Amino acid sequence: MTTRPRTLYEKIWEDHVVERHDDGTCLIYIDRHLVHEVTSPQAFEGMRAAGRRVRRPDLTLAMADHNLPTTQRVDDAGARLPIADPRSAEQLATLKANVAAFGVPYIGETDAAQGIVHVVGPEQGFTLPGTTLVCGDSHTAAHGALGALAFGIGTSEVEHVLATQTLMLRPSKTMEVRVEGTLGPGVSAKDVILAIIGHIGAAGGAGHVIEYRGDTFAAMSIEARLTVANMSIEAGARSGLFAPDQTTFDYLEGRPMAPRGAEWQRRLEYWRSLPSDPGATYDRSVWLDAAQIAPNVTWGTSPDDVVPITGSVPHPATFADPGRQAAAAKSLDYMGLAAGTAMQDIKVQHIFIGSCTNSRIEDLREAAAVMRGRRVNSTIRQALVVPGSGLVKRQAEAEGLDRIFVEAGFEWREPGCSMCLGMNPDKVPPGERCASTSNRNFAGRQGPGARTHLLSPAMAAAAAVTGRLADVREMIP
Amino acid sequence: MKPVTIIHGRAYPLGRDNIDTDLIIGAEHLKTVSRSGLGRFAFETLRSEPGNLFDDPVFARSPILIAGANFGCGSSREHAVWALIDLGVEAVIAPSFSDIFSANAYKNGVVTVALSAGKVARLMAFALTGKITIDLVAMTVSASGMQTTFMLDPFRRECLLRGLDEIALTLASEPVIRAYELRSGT
Repeated sequence: MTTRPRTLYEKIWEDHVVERHDDGTCLIYIDRHLVHEVTSPQAFEGMRAAGRRVRRPDLTLAMADHNLPTTQRVDDAGARLPIADPRSAEQLATLKANVAAFGVPYIGETDAAQGIVHVVGPEQGFTLPGTTLVCGDSHTAAHGALGALAFGIGTSEVEHVLATQTLMLRPSKTMEVRVEGTLGPGVSAKDVILAIIGHIGAAGGAGHVIEYRGDTFAAMSIEARLTVANMSIEAGARSGLFAPDQTTFDYLEGRPMAPRGAEWQRRLEYWRSLPSDPGATYDRSVWLDAAQIAPNVTWGTSPDDVVPITGSVPHPATFADPGRQAAAAKSLDYMGLAAGTAMQDIKVQHIFIGSCTNSRIEDLREAAAVMRGRRVNSTIRQALVVPGSGLVKRQAEAEGLDRIFVEAGFEWREPGCSMCLGMNPDKVPPGERCASTSNRNFAGRQGPGARTHLLSPAMAAAAAVTGRLADVREMIP
Repeated sequence: MKPVTIIHGRAYPLGRDNIDTDLIIGAEHLKTVSRSGLGRFAFETLRSEPGNLFDDPVFARSPILIAGANFGCGSSREHAVWALIDLGVEAVIAPSFSDIFSANAYKNGVVTVALSAGKVARLMAFALTGKITIDLVAMTVSASGMQTTFMLDPFRRECLLRGLDEIALTLASEPVIRAYELRSGT
């Protein structure tokens, strides 16, 4: 009997089937579960009401990220400063009480390792290739950068995983997204994923798991791959995968929660068997040429509303689909933009460098390289840099990046989700415009009435310098 | 969970593609530690637009919402489903749904009915004046002069019809889960 060539996704899926039902539904084992304060309170409440215990606390890791203020957290004497919003404070306290009651490992709010779940997971070596990893957050797709089958779940599923360490799922279809060639100067992983989302659409990956393939991705660092995989959900795909390779193994080796010694060697052998077999087929394939990708920016309220920085705001009538036409017209209205406006003529008042998409050390280096010797434009009301974790912050400070940002006029903050969704005090005021390295430009995402333009860290820095959306390629040597 | 068989009544003719979960319930309202009371905050941004359906007494407590393609895209927040339930919505009809939203919906007994864009447009027009029936036993959507069938994942349909608690169902597989853990060394 010959074995059919299998994709990376099929291999991970089949290795996690606990039980297969006649209708095709499978009970899938979950190896890793990240828990945060926003989507877990009702799950723990359900567990308590049913008298259930957390099945595998050792495979679970909790931390707070969404609600935490990014301003100073402890006073000069080292005492914890109170959280002003009582509802945020209650949600944070609820997580702390729940992890204590259920015995779940927890990284505390003032711990040096605290940060955004999707930054901390890989950084600690909690995320491993070939594992299934879930979190009550749609950007869980990020962990696919390390070859983990990772996806966002709702609170009912959080409870299901806490109680059973499994989920009831149906296999997804597979989509190959192949990018070949070398990226031009000033073009980053963020521009690549924005180009992909623009190409396949905000629902283009629905029902599919994406596998990112081709030499452009093979040449990327893990941090760049995290940026790409993170936004898979913005193309409608619940997961995005990269085949684990030497870059992955070098990144993981020696991280605090990664396996060691003989266990490392045993895992390594398994990880090397995971890449898709030659001849494996996908339900759908798309191909992009890296050389054709420019720095990208969004103009509307859906992440597929994307154009190169050299482009202009499109006219809704140029879209073939009537639904898209209507949505584009509403978008322009919300964004306060006229069709035909050159993207580089759009003035911004806020700059946000952060979020689970772009808050890692390489992102901060990329933005700092543009800011070095330059100033934030006087027309900018607020410019924030929010590192993704305490360890990223510490590393950036060791490299002097914080000084570059602060001298340029940025605020250097404590780690958290911050202005990506404004659950903490970091919000964009109504009607004002933000150049943001985050992942969503939805209406009201960064605060009620806020207008968001998504772009890369280097492009956010370029916007900070000029006070408008700008082409970073004109600012680099 | 309460079994679901028939949903009958008025429908909000919302339309519009890519209704994301931030639009359904804003981040500010995710600070709650309970599931109830979110209905009055649902669609806050849309309520400020002309022609707002959600405060129109004609549509108050409509059990059905009709929307455009890719409904529920974006964040995994189940609060979006809880807000719809609190608003009185028991089913959403749209050309397509995000994967996470449809999983969240069915786990709370909310039915997602995917129909062609053409059929959704006809129902939108019909919803301005008439009532709609969704029958989970016959797998049909009917309105005056129109009846169409729809598909649902068989496992999800069974759970909805019988009001099953999925966690209790899975816990019955405990020995199989334990065997998997031993086999895989997890």
